[in-house]
Amino acid sequence: MKDWLALVRAGDWAILSLGAAAVALAFPLLWTGGKAERAVIRLAGRVVAEYPLTAPLRYTVKGPIGETVIEIAPGRARVLSDPGPRQYCVQQGWLTRPNAIAICAPNHVSLSLSGREPSHDSLNY
Amino acid sequence: MTASTIELSVTETDRRIARYAAAAIALTVAEAALPSPLPGVKPGLANIVVLIVLWRHGWREAAWVSLLRVVAGSLLVGQFLAPGFFLGLVGALTSLAALALAAQLPRRWFGPVTASVLAAFAHIGGQLLLARLWLVPHDGVFYLVPIFGLSALVFGIVNGLVAARLLKETP
Repeated sequence: MKDWLALVRAGDWAILSLGAAAVALAFPLLWTGGKAERAVIRLAGRVVAEYPLTAPLRYTVKGPIGETVIEIAPGRARVLSDPGPRQYCVQQGWLTRPNAIAICAPNHVSLSLSGREPSHDSLNY
Repeated sequence: MTASTIELSVTETDRRIARYAAAAIALTVAEAALPSPLPGVKPGLANIVVLIVLWRHGWREAAWVSLLRVVAGSLLVGQFLAPGFFLGLVGALTSLAALALAAQLPRRWFGPVTASVLAAFAHIGGQLLLARLWLVPHDGVFYLVPIFGLSALVFGIVNGLVAARLLKETP
């Protein structure tokens, strides 16, 4: 190990740290896919509310089988409670990434996050 | 049998380039047998030979060895003129450009490791650019930049260390 380290000269270390820093920066820069900025709440496909993900807030939607409660917090949002029998959208937990979506099908409610740029035109369900 | 009327004069430099190129081609063929998790993530062992030639005999001979390796190596693995061949060729050309710059750095402070890492980044950069322009005309290829960058860094360091050691131990 020691004789291998002796082969690395002073300038080499500088180039190595620059390279490592560039690679380390490339991961967050290219892999996060942007930030989620807004929560969009739909009832039967129509947008009923849209909030920025800045301040904490609760929003209740009245659907065909009851009330779905959406909770919004800085940078994330979730379905807090839903009258649906299987609770899939509640168990999804917090949504944080842009274009993430929680669908409470029995109550016709969906919660989706949007970023600066949409990654697809539409979703059908 | 008639005596050949064409006499090709072979200089000592030609023989040396041929010997080094043969070593580089052997490494390329051996490496083609290694499984790779992602096309493009390869150790690039032949670059050890190119680095040694650059250090001992200058950039011109290193360029000869590198390009002979790309052409002959692709013939041997059956990739000549296939997309992989052009990717390899562009990678070799961009890394030779990086080596031309690295050769200008003062050797007191910058050893083969610097040359190797710069060449590895240039190699991957050239390939990604060609892939973006020609093979995958979509910005999605840039999702792979972190992986390629990491592999270029790691293999660049390893190859540079091996070249530095060989240069030190074989006079």
